[in-house]
Amino acid sequence: MSVSATTVTVKKTFSPLLFFFVSFFMLMSMTQQTIASEMPAESSLEDAWKTLSQKNYNKKAEAIEVIAQENPPEARPAMKAMLEGQLYYAKRGKALYFLKEVNDNYEFTPLFDTDPALKPVLQENRRGFKKVKVNNRLRRMIRQLLAVMQLKHEDADIRLAAVQELLKNPETEAADLVKNAIGKETDQRVITSMQTLLAVIQLESGDETAQLAAINTLANSLNSSAMNALAAYQAPTKALENKAQSAINKINDKRDLYAKAETIFFGLSLGSVLALSAIGLAITFGVMGVINMAHGELMMIGAYTTYVVQLLMPDNIAMSILVAIPAAFIVSGLVGIAIERGVIRHLYGRPLETLLATFGVSLVLQQTVRSIFSPLNRSVETPEWMSGAWQINEVLALTWNRLYIIFFCLAVFMALIAVMKKTSLGLQVRAVSQNRTMARAMGVRSKWVDALTFGLGSGIAGLAGVALSLLTNVGPNLGQAYIIDSFMVVVFGGVGNLWGTLVAGMTLGVINKLLEPWAGAVLAKILVLIFIILFIQKRPKGLFPQRGRAAED
Amino acid sequence: MLLMNILKNDKPGLWLLGILLVVSIAVPILNLVVPENSAFHLSTYTVTLLGKYLTYALLAVAADLVWGYLGILTLGHAAFFALGGYAMGMYLMRQIGERGVYGDPVLPDFMVFLSWQELPWFWQGFDQFWFAALMIILIPGILAYVFGYLAFRSRVTGVYLSIITQAMTYALMLAFFRNEMGFGGNNGLTDFKDILGFDLRADSTRIALFLASATALAIGYVLSRIIVSSRLGLASVAIRDSESRSRFIGYRVENIKLWVFVFSAMLAGIAGALYVPQVGIINPGEFSPLNSIELVIWVAIGGRGTLYGAIIGALLVNYSKTYFTAALPEIWLYALGALFILVTLYLPKGIVGLWSLRKTRKTQKMREEKT
Repeated sequence: MSVSATTVTVKKTFSPLLFFFVSFFMLMSMTQQTIASEMPAESSLEDAWKTLSQKNYNKKAEAIEVIAQENPPEARPAMKAMLEGQLYYAKRGKALYFLKEVNDNYEFTPLFDTDPALKPVLQENRRGFKKVKVNNRLRRMIRQLLAVMQLKHEDADIRLAAVQELLKNPETEAADLVKNAIGKETDQRVITSMQTLLAVIQLESGDETAQLAAINTLANSLNSSAMNALAAYQAPTKALENKAQSAINKINDKRDLYAKAETIFFGLSLGSVLALSAIGLAITFGVMGVINMAHGELMMIGAYTTYVVQLLMPDNIAMSILVAIPAAFIVSGLVGIAIERGVIRHLYGRPLETLLATFGVSLVLQQTVRSIFSPLNRSVETPEWMSGAWQINEVLALTWNRLYIIFFCLAVFMALIAVMKKTSLGLQVRAVSQNRTMARAMGVRSKWVDALTFGLGSGIAGLAGVALSLLTNVGPNLGQAYIIDSFMVVVFGGVGNLWGTLVAGMTLGVINKLLEPWAGAVLAKILVLIFIILFIQKRPKGLFPQRGRAAED
Repeated sequence: MLLMNILKNDKPGLWLLGILLVVSIAVPILNLVVPENSAFHLSTYTVTLLGKYLTYALLAVAADLVWGYLGILTLGHAAFFALGGYAMGMYLMRQIGERGVYGDPVLPDFMVFLSWQELPWFWQGFDQFWFAALMIILIPGILAYVFGYLAFRSRVTGVYLSIITQAMTYALMLAFFRNEMGFGGNNGLTDFKDILGFDLRADSTRIALFLASATALAIGYVLSRIIVSSRLGLASVAIRDSESRSRFIGYRVENIKLWVFVFSAMLAGIAGALYVPQVGIINPGEFSPLNSIELVIWVAIGGRGTLYGAIIGALLVNYSKTYFTAALPEIWLYALGALFILVTLYLPKGIVGLWSLRKTRKTQKMREEKT
């Protein structure tokens, strides 16, 4: 009781936290004394635990400080449980328990498992136990104390989170503690955060030189607390005020820059989806001159393949996507070859007729899928390694699934370019598309090349389907939603030009996302369509027109 | 005289016009005069359905004019149809007046629902039928003019042109889906009460609309026939077959294309305007690119570049669509899909082509017998 009495007197002059920090600090630096004074501390700790079952919040606050100061192994879990309202005490004996709800039952586990008299209790209600109540002031205090305790945690991420928790509500008292911790810190991110925290504190309490230094530090930060601190800052001199204002401007500029970077990232990921769905079309449409209206349905088949693969391996979602990629390529590719052999080979040289016939094919494929899988939408589970985000700094986070789609698009594109430029199939495809009769005269089996080319384009549509299945629901109408966009991309890029398709897809994606903030999603799309219509007027053969003989037909 | 000369050379067209005339006389009699319990009675539902088919046929004629005679595979012609339909829908909407759910004398229901205070400027004047009728022709015409002027002047041809017509109708669809556009958004315009003071649900009004559709189809067909038989039509066929050669000979290719395109768009607008009062609704779905592609299919199945083929194709496909979707809904898409594939593979000239194929075989046989 003597300790709490001292606390009460100290509290009148200092804030309770200050007392805690100071004593905590002293404790760390003077371990010898700590050991010497262990005995009374032990008993005060016991008292503190008991105080938690009292009703008086002030007394509870003191007790929590004592517990945090002593930091026994039970302190952290107990404080966490208190925050979540899961710390209880038995009405009889006042022993502390954790509450855990198990299937509508309440399980009470004693906080101290050393005492053999206390046993876990499982009952249907909470009779006989009472919650350790906390108010907002206590909650704030506990969070801060937990953060301080976590500053010494071995995991850098937890330390970082702790510093950021302190930043939300910077207290002058934390300064010494953080100053001490910063010297031992090895992780750069934590150091930066700590420096921001120190600067925020100094801005409030330091002298003018310290304030100037603080402003300079904060100007390099992106943290919103830093921003708030600067905005609330009462500058003693005109020079400092100007300095603070320019720091605010600098932060705002940087944030705008990162916001733009994020928009462009979104645009690139949308562009990758567009490019991915258009690349297959660029082959069948651009290289072979076939307007394949069933292209969207080939993507749909790829998406359904992903769905089926996941059904076949429900225990291994993470792997299923990797299996689905080759599977979708093969399934869509085979369907594509069947379409080429069955329908398209009769229609070479009549591009507009292929449009009609393949539209018929698309209807048949849609109805087939509807009959097999039902017209309802299916969903494909996103594997764990694709969720989450890559936190680059405090304002810029790139989600993994979007990043993977960009990579996937580029990988597919590179592979395709390699096939077209480095393999004999690619050579033959280019030969046939440039001059069919001459190629045949040189011994190229043009029919076989046609079938394989169409299969390749269709297989890539299947790959696009895998990517789409992770972004949207898989349904019979999946293809229709993308076919128009795909055509726009191919035409915008220039028919027969794979690089053009990639550039066009990315450009349209970025334009779309840049327009979205001020025009809204639908209007942005309309504007992009109008842009394409007008662009085609200016350059009737797209962004990268084919040159030479192949262009004349 | 000119007309008679032209039609004399168009036997299938004469037949078609004759059948249309007979049907136009028979349908009102079968519906109004023949008693309801008779086996020959035609229900009003069927009359409306027939009227709808006729507007589709007119749309198909319009599409055939640009695809069959100009060589422009338009994938956005349904946009003109829908615009004409919206113009008519706006007139019908204004006719509702105080009978709407909210009872506002001027504002249509959906505007009251969006809590708009006054009528937007582009809705002014649509309470007058003559103004709406003018707009039905002018709006699709102006859009076609602007679009065609830009596209043909820059010599956008072939697949590129097809794709940007598709982009046009797609953009319009997205735009009309927006509530802010002031055309009823997703739900479109509906709940029509009467047209020119006649109740839309009355049998006699339905018959009148059917007859109007038949007349429009007949006039549209004859006008199109006159155009394709004129110098303008011959020049457009030349452009279809070899654009650069026609240009080098000295024809102003852009102008020829532009005028035929604009005329076709106006026809499509009229078809849309007749379609809307019969089905009782117009919504942005009519702009969907799918509709335009289906339209091209009607023309392809009937026989491209003949005008009457387009009519036959439109009637046949739409009749079978009605039949199959009711009787065998599962089969319809298979049947339609298979139809597209088979027609493009084996009947490049459509159903009409079958007939002329038989004729050429006959003459060949006769020649062989002679020798």
